[in-house]
Amino acid sequence: MIKVHLRLLMLMCSFSLFAQDYFPSNSGVIANNSNFTAFTNATIHVSPTEVINNGTLLIKDGKVVSVGKSVKIPKNTTQVDLSGKTIYPSFIDLYTSFGVEKPKRGGDGPQYGPSRSGYYWNDHVMPEQDVMNAFKYDAKTASEMHKLGFGVVNTHMPDGIVRGTGALIALNNNADNAMRIVDGRTSQHLSFRKSVTSRQSYPSSIMGSMALLRQMYHDAEWYAAGNVDTKDLSLEALNRNKNLLQIFEAGSRANLMRADKVGDAFNIQYTIVGGGDEYERINEIKATNATVILPLNFQLAYDVENPFLASTLSLSDMRAWNQEPHNPRLLAENGVKFALTTHGLKSTKTFSSNLMKAIESGLSKQKALEALTTVPASLLGKSDVLGTLKAGSYANFLITDGDIFEKKTKLYENWVQGTPHVIEDLNTKDIDGDYEFKLAGDDYKLSITGSTSKPKAKLESNDKSLGSKINYSEDWLNLTFKTADSTKKEFIRVVANTTKNNALSGKAILPNGNEVTFHANKTTKEDSDKKGSKKKDNEESETPFMSPITYPNLAYGFTEKPKAETILFKNATVWTNEEDGVLENTDVLIKDGKISKIGKDLSSRNAKVIDATGKHITAGIIDEHSHIAASSVNEGGHNSSAEVTIEDVLNDEAIDIYRNLAGGVTSIQILHGSANPIGGRSAIIKLKWGESADNLIYDNSPKFIKFALGENVKQSRSRSNSRFPQSRMGVEQVFIDYFSRAKAYDELKKSGKPYRKDIEMETLAEILNKERFISCHSYVQSEINMLMKVADQFDFNINTFTHILEGYKVADKMKEHGVGGSTFSDWWAYKYEVNDAIPYNAAIMHNAGIVTAINSDDAEMSRRLNQEAAKSVKYGGVSEEDAWKFVTLNPAKLLHLDDRVGSLKVGKDADVVLWSDHPLSVYAKAEKTLIEGVTYFDLERDQQMREAIRKEKSELINLMLQEKNKGMKTQPIKKKEDKVLHCDSMDAHN
Amino acid sequence: MKNLNKFNTLLFLLCITLGFAQQTPGAKQRKDFAIVGATAHIGNGTVIENSIIVVSNGKITTIGPEASTPQTRQTMDIIDAKGKHVYPGFIVANGTLGLVEVDAVKASDDLSELGTFNPHIRSIIAYNTESKVIESMRPNGVLLGQVVPRGGRISGTSSVVQYDAWNWEDAAIKMDNGIHINWPSSFSRGRWWLGEDPGLKPNKDYAKQVKELSDYFTEAKSYNNGDKKEGHLPFDAMSGLFDGSKHLYINVDDEKGITDAVNFAKSQGVSKLTIVGAYQAGNLTGFLKQNEVSVFLRRVHSRPELEDDDYDYTFKQAKKLVDAGILVALEPSGQMERMNSRNLPFYAGTTAAYGLTKEQALQLITQNPAKIMGIDDMYGTLEVGKSATLFISEGDALDMRTNQLLEAFIDGRQLSLETHQTTLWKRYSKKYNSQN
Repeated sequence: MIKVHLRLLMLMCSFSLFAQDYFPSNSGVIANNSNFTAFTNATIHVSPTEVINNGTLLIKDGKVVSVGKSVKIPKNTTQVDLSGKTIYPSFIDLYTSFGVEKPKRGGDGPQYGPSRSGYYWNDHVMPEQDVMNAFKYDAKTASEMHKLGFGVVNTHMPDGIVRGTGALIALNNNADNAMRIVDGRTSQHLSFRKSVTSRQSYPSSIMGSMALLRQMYHDAEWYAAGNVDTKDLSLEALNRNKNLLQIFEAGSRANLMRADKVGDAFNIQYTIVGGGDEYERINEIKATNATVILPLNFQLAYDVENPFLASTLSLSDMRAWNQEPHNPRLLAENGVKFALTTHGLKSTKTFSSNLMKAIESGLSKQKALEALTTVPASLLGKSDVLGTLKAGSYANFLITDGDIFEKKTKLYENWVQGTPHVIEDLNTKDIDGDYEFKLAGDDYKLSITGSTSKPKAKLESNDKSLGSKINYSEDWLNLTFKTADSTKKEFIRVVANTTKNNALSGKAILPNGNEVTFHANKTTKEDSDKKGSKKKDNEESETPFMSPITYPNLAYGFTEKPKAETILFKNATVWTNEEDGVLENTDVLIKDGKISKIGKDLSSRNAKVIDATGKHITAGIIDEHSHIAASSVNEGGHNSSAEVTIEDVLNDEAIDIYRNLAGGVTSIQILHGSANPIGGRSAIIKLKWGESADNLIYDNSPKFIKFALGENVKQSRSRSNSRFPQSRMGVEQVFIDYFSRAKAYDELKKSGKPYRKDIEMETLAEILNKERFISCHSYVQSEINMLMKVADQFDFNINTFTHILEGYKVADKMKEHGVGGSTFSDWWAYKYEVNDAIPYNAAIMHNAGIVTAINSDDAEMSRRLNQEAAKSVKYGGVSEEDAWKFVTLNPAKLLHLDDRVGSLKVGKDADVVLWSDHPLSVYAKAEKTLIEGVTYFDLERDQQMREAIRKEKSELINLMLQEKNKGMKTQPIKKKEDKVLHCDSMDAHN
Repeated sequence: MKNLNKFNTLLFLLCITLGFAQQTPGAKQRKDFAIVGATAHIGNGTVIENSIIVVSNGKITTIGPEASTPQTRQTMDIIDAKGKHVYPGFIVANGTLGLVEVDAVKASDDLSELGTFNPHIRSIIAYNTESKVIESMRPNGVLLGQVVPRGGRISGTSSVVQYDAWNWEDAAIKMDNGIHINWPSSFSRGRWWLGEDPGLKPNKDYAKQVKELSDYFTEAKSYNNGDKKEGHLPFDAMSGLFDGSKHLYINVDDEKGITDAVNFAKSQGVSKLTIVGAYQAGNLTGFLKQNEVSVFLRRVHSRPELEDDDYDYTFKQAKKLVDAGILVALEPSGQMERMNSRNLPFYAGTTAAYGLTKEQALQLITQNPAKIMGIDDMYGTLEVGKSATLFISEGDALDMRTNQLLEAFIDGRQLSLETHQTTLWKRYSKKYNSQN
């Protein structure tokens, strides 16, 4: 048995690894190295749960032969003594685009058809893409990854909605791809983001991406069953990739939920790349059962030194900085399985420091190691060869001088497939410390840091610091420094070796050429040094302060969600919206989320009694047309987007929900925008501030869809004019075409014959079958008339013309058709087609017997809808009681919700508002807004929240200042934009 | 050709619909009249119940409690306004009425001119007295306003007009008496197309942009101190700022920007300064008061700018500033600001719901803007000797519930309260009534 210097081994290994036994060789004899290598006396983390002290790891041909305390070592073994060292299985990154060049952006301007043929109709669906076609081993990046401890990465083409297959690559810098490719087909990749290479417009929104994925899965099934005569290489590939690991890049908590929802419908459990904000609604994340691939891109502290700038920083952004490092711990505590990735980091170098931060914030080291080894290995189905150091595994391991999750620990070598990659020289002696020496009568003080990686020296003599250069390798130190006499440019050179008693010993060459003996003694004692650092460790090991998570997790969120109460309002003016009209001095009892009693002198034993003398109580306001609380509004990539639904893209942390509550609004219909004639399906929600997106939606919600007419759908102000229709004439034909096809589709479906499931057609068939209702964006009378005629032709009714402005011109026809009109109170003059919009519209429609409502379509106006209703009294003389119904009972009727909300009637939902004044008056304030008996807005509580927000913000600012004072990097303030979405808003850069 | 035809068709359509003549401006007052019995809201914070207001030759000759103000009534028309309310005509500060007819139709838009420093650009030239949007102001009591150009660093020069005129000369109350600046923003957006974060980050060019503006003022001053032989239209237009004949309006919202803007104006020797927008002015009340700076406050009916802001932030700012003794008027800029200018009374009403008294709120759209724009010698309050620019409302005109105009006058001329909109209302109501 021979003991060799480890460095020699490298050569030997690299020879042996090139052996591909069926390849001809013309460069000598074929000589395979069949020796063993044993690493002895090491602390070996065989797996996250198994540690062997003083153990031996025996490897051969890039694989682990055996590991244990007493391993039998064959004779042809090279032994490496690793006393005092620790071995870990190396890390696996599931989510990289290693070795793949980012694709270039293709062209500009929209295109409505695909650029390819023989593939799926949408360019952004590319399951046939194979990452290996673009793969080129990148040794430089591999070396960066080695330093972080990674040995194997899964790579993919980071472009498109369906991105094709990924491959597993060993970061072996001393081999060729034949050796490095662990598996050329490991995973299939998906996202909501379109390919940058294609200009195809569809999908232009997240909800469009979701719909596209769903349709694609339906189509793949239809294709697999042999129903398609033509070739579709995309669908073939999709079906072929079915059994691979399905990795979905979501990038945020909200998108994670959305991805999971898509997968669930097709029995696919995606492994989902998260966003780091999963902790905000951890229970929901847990319920998905998805394994999360977790980026560690924690925010830097903001530079808050300038109070002017700092004042624009939102509490939610501050909290993100403070709370994100706790995300891995909270996921672990709640039993959510996760792997860690370098994905999403601006610089992968921050991976280690962020990992430490997560551990400081309470993530257990065992969980951290699992997330980097066994979890990704098992997801890949490679637990037998990756993730641990059990016999048969790849010899992928790390050699360190201690606990790999401690800041001070050195990573010496990263072995991949039996090949070492040296990070720091294992054999170089650490000479960090302070030294003293004498030369030619002068005393010097020398301080060395980073000796094993990037050595740095500080030198001073007689309190004067001297410029110096240091070089240290293979235990030899070269030090050059300027003499103390600064008038001369003279240098002293030192060459020295380390000695056993921690001294440096050698010779110095003085400027005059004389050589003298050099001896420097170490002045710092290692023991005290270690103690000092231990103390520091203890200090840091306290879990740092975390701001409480609220629902939703921003200003005005609830630490604890409010509950339904029994409440008795005494002595109010009660606007019933029923036959009773407006009742003076009346009590309202709310119980079990319902209106329990309305009458005089009511009492209830357990009720919270609120004196409402001089105040008014009404049903909550209902906005028939809103775009708040949604992440997308338009899917404008096609002229019909019946397949998309706003329910997919609700945003439960929109501050406008809270602000609308403060304006007495309790229910809204979030409509798709007006980018196309056939828009998307609505979400009808209650403004239950704090609840998750799905819990906002009405139970058994009536089904609605947005249609649109006029300037927007014919793209009057668009750069492109290539999408049909470009005129009101074409709009009619779009409707007739789609309904004709939907009718045929529905007939085929009902006949029991096989049919290709088409989500868009399903939706339109619902309209024909009177199961889904149309709310149509409308301005000009001609097209309003047209749509009613189209509906007549297909034997159904239009339900609502929304923000209809020329309803007054065709009120008689609307009455006859039986359609409702929801309008703006006084908007006009903002575009050509609203020239004849008049504020008397509501009054005329109402007088004609049409169910009339006033809607907002605007996040600002929606919080003052009571005032907008009052304008119908001013313009057209509608009675106050009827005007009030324009924003309560009538929109409830239009939304088919009047059996549940819209008036104060015993048994209806307790969605009520307590007003300080006459509800139609500009002077009225909502004091309390209740939904199903829960007080979601309370004027007094709002005041307390303001105080709490101020306090929390100043605490967090203080913490950020501390961070900056510690010398940590900061980022410039960002001003959070409170984005308002309108009818014509498109998703940004999707 | 095809496109040209399309364009022509559009133009043609525009002409027919926009071509309906505006309601004919009211004729000069010939006979004295008296409004008797109304609650008179003077506009200066006071109220006279059961008042009598006598108007002669377009001016108020008498105003006081009916009982103690004897008049010879035989010679004049008497308007019985018992139980009604009289207000001075409301004034739109920082308005743009008449400069754009239809927001989305470029051909109807004369809001801003090319270039960064445009003090010589005069808004009054583009002011369209025939605008249908303008006539829709009158039924709500909005009778006067500023005509303000937008865009650039120095947007141009504004005038003050009354909203019932044949042409811009008729309309002008004060010509070319304001210059408008957009102060450099504290935040700028990343260029996403270059891969930068598109979010709002502190504006790195702020100091540079302030310097440019400051240099421009310095150059303008130097020019105006000279003999002006060479001639320089923009610098000529700047002279009013230095001799006090023009008022400087600076659009700026953030606390630091406001401070810098005020200090800038002082150092340039500008005597009349108003901060426009002034979102964070509430944090600087002492400073603004001390420097005697007035404020045109951003549209009350707008969303709080920051997520953490109080939900009623925009509603209650007026109270904060007024309580500190600052001269405040309300301005309507923002989306659809022209058509929304008719909601000016309700912006004021909202400030009353959030702290001010109703009479204080009224001042924000009457006396205060008149003072700031320099028309308070004739407009803004109901006082003897001032113009009879006023209206009678059924009830409280700051509340949409009760704002119902019965009569309105500008300089004693009785106005038509009919509009394109009332015409359509009546036409279609009649259609349906005749069907029944």
